[in-house]
Amino acid sequence: MKLTDLFQETASALLVNKSRSGLTILGIVIGIASVIAMVSIGQGAQNSIESNIEALGSNLVIVMPGAQRGPGVTISSGRGSAQSLTLADAEAIKNEINLAQNVEPEVSGRYQITAKGTNTNTQVLGTVAAYPEVRNLQIAEGSFISDQNIRSTAKVAVLGPTVRDDLFGASSTNAIGQTIRIKQINFKVIGITQTKGGSGFNNPDDLIYVPLSTAQQFLAGNSYLSTIAIQAVDQKSMTDLQTQVTTLLLDRHNIADPTLADFSILNQADIVASAATVTNTLTLLLGSIAGISLIVGGIGIMNMMLTSVTERTREIGLRKAIGAKRADINQQFLTEAIMLTFIGGTVGIFLGWLIALGVSHFANLATKVSLTSIILAFGVSALIGIIFGYYPARRAAKLNPIEALRYE
Amino acid sequence: MIEVKNVVKTYDTNGILFQALKGVSFEIKNGEFVAIMGPSGSGKSTLMHILGALDTPSSGEYLLDGQNVAQLSDDELADIRKNKIGFIFQSFNLLPRATVLRNVMLPLVYAGIPEEKREEKAKTALQHAGLDESLLYHLSNQLSGGQMQRVAIARALVNDPALILADEPTGNLDTQTGEFVLSTFAKLNVKQKRTIILITHERDVAAHANRIINIRDGAIVKDERVKKP
Ligand SMILES: Nc1ncnc2c1ncn2[C@@H]1O[C@H](COP(=O)(O)OP(=O)(O)OP(=O)(O)O)[C@@H](O)[C@H]1O
Ligand SMILES: [Mg+2]
Repeated sequence: MKLTDLFQETASALLVNKSRSGLTILGIVIGIASVIAMVSIGQGAQNSIESNIEALGSNLVIVMPGAQRGPGVTISSGRGSAQSLTLADAEAIKNEINLAQNVEPEVSGRYQITAKGTNTNTQVLGTVAAYPEVRNLQIAEGSFISDQNIRSTAKVAVLGPTVRDDLFGASSTNAIGQTIRIKQINFKVIGITQTKGGSGFNNPDDLIYVPLSTAQQFLAGNSYLSTIAIQAVDQKSMTDLQTQVTTLLLDRHNIADPTLADFSILNQADIVASAATVTNTLTLLLGSIAGISLIVGGIGIMNMMLTSVTERTREIGLRKAIGAKRADINQQFLTEAIMLTFIGGTVGIFLGWLIALGVSHFANLATKVSLTSIILAFGVSALIGIIFGYYPARRAAKLNPIEALRYE
Repeated sequence: MIEVKNVVKTYDTNGILFQALKGVSFEIKNGEFVAIMGPSGSGKSTLMHILGALDTPSSGEYLLDGQNVAQLSDDELADIRKNKIGFIFQSFNLLPRATVLRNVMLPLVYAGIPEEKREEKAKTALQHAGLDESLLYHLSNQLSGGQMQRVAIARALVNDPALILADEPTGNLDTQTGEFVLSTFAKLNVKQKRTIILITHERDVAAHANRIINIRDGAIVKDERVKKP
């Protein structure tokens, strides 16, 4: 039997029973679409978490006040509020540890900000000149805080773009040189940072940067730090750096037992790794839910094919009677099954892609439909067609023509 | 050349064995026009299915052109049906939701005839079978019994088989069209030297053949030449 004939036979067989073919295709469409959509959402979540972590800076070891709460990334409530880190600790790390390329101490707090009648409540970060380098931040307009600003406890501020928009309106171009009031104290705006994107807590676009000395003296009113970010010379030395910083700080704080440390220390590589574990699990979970619906769709195909074989027993008998071989019958039913999955697969990929697009648009999550997931979904749908079509096809092909023709 | 030697066909329905053919032997030479006659249930269709390579005997031999059909595989039987035999079923067996033309072209699909030639061949066959041209694109389940019969005949003729087997081909036709169909067979037999075997239980119909084999309860009771006037 020639290929064109095969397709013609298949097409007419499927068209004869439009509604049943349609429903079977729908099963596959749902299966494939959910695989594509869920995997892309999973990957989108993974990418977004990874890029958020990357956006924090590269090769960072972060020290925070408060006790270490077991291994892994635990967001403990007490952390950051404890008062155990000082500028002297930061200086010591900078001076004594060679693996530390940059040390950036900071203190943060939420304050009411007003400017020209508008007001907002946001995070104010007291930091040093090294911040942009350590945290991977670009300046869009003006300049960042300088060492000179720190030494003179200058009342200057650098705004994140979101804060700028909140205070001066989205289209403002002249924020530089304006005055804002943080905790009733006047600050002069000297720069605007570049949009970094990112979401959730600690959005780098929704921050106000002021000199560390100014923040300690006028805003926090004490000399403690909320974070020391240390940039390692390279990725390989991060673990060593972490160990050395731990040893140094334990020594400086006179703590003999490391489990009683009054600070916690995070390694960015660990954060990335554990975040990846979480998102991988998420993707796997979503993928397996989608996989189950794909199998259900496949069973739908098998069911339809079996019904079709039973219903068309006389037709099969006739085809065999006029000279169709087993292979011809086999091919015909297999092609029908594959055609169903192929159509379902194509529509499903398109639909899944639309869903992913919708999620990107409405849930603000950059989903990504990867080629691998398309190939995977397509491969799986073809495989389902073959596997679930094979058995009914073989059953049809083996029928004895006379018995098949007698079938009622 | 057909040689049937002591063919037995036993049906097994839920453990109850029934001998539909009880050791049948005969020969039919190429170019013969033979009628098989017998009452209902005598085993005519059963014999025809064996002759048409649609079924195999339970025991005995069936040689078609020297080849023992009883020993062939499923696919080899399919090849024989495709290349040598045109079968007209007692119950037509048309594809219900396909057009007349598609029904008649179906054997050509499996025979590997190029697409361009199929339609022409099918139309010629339908003409031979005497079907009105206006019905070509009707669905076969919208036809009358007589029209279906003609489509079934056309389908049997379409691939120019050397052996034509017809199971009650005139059973659904009025006398006039019945005569037309029988004279078509006679023409095919005389002009194209095709072997024709037809089943009937009517003496008048059988009289169109050159030889009549009488069968009763699965055995041959009489095998006679027809004296043509
Ligand atoms: N598949 C089968 N299973 C069991 N018994 C069968 C089967 N086919 C035929 N028979 C039996 O074999 C006998 C002969 O059947 P067959 O169809 O050959 O009769 P027939 O001579 O063609 O009759 P008719 O003139 O009514 O068509 C019948 O008694 C029938 O019941
Ligand atoms: Mg019969």
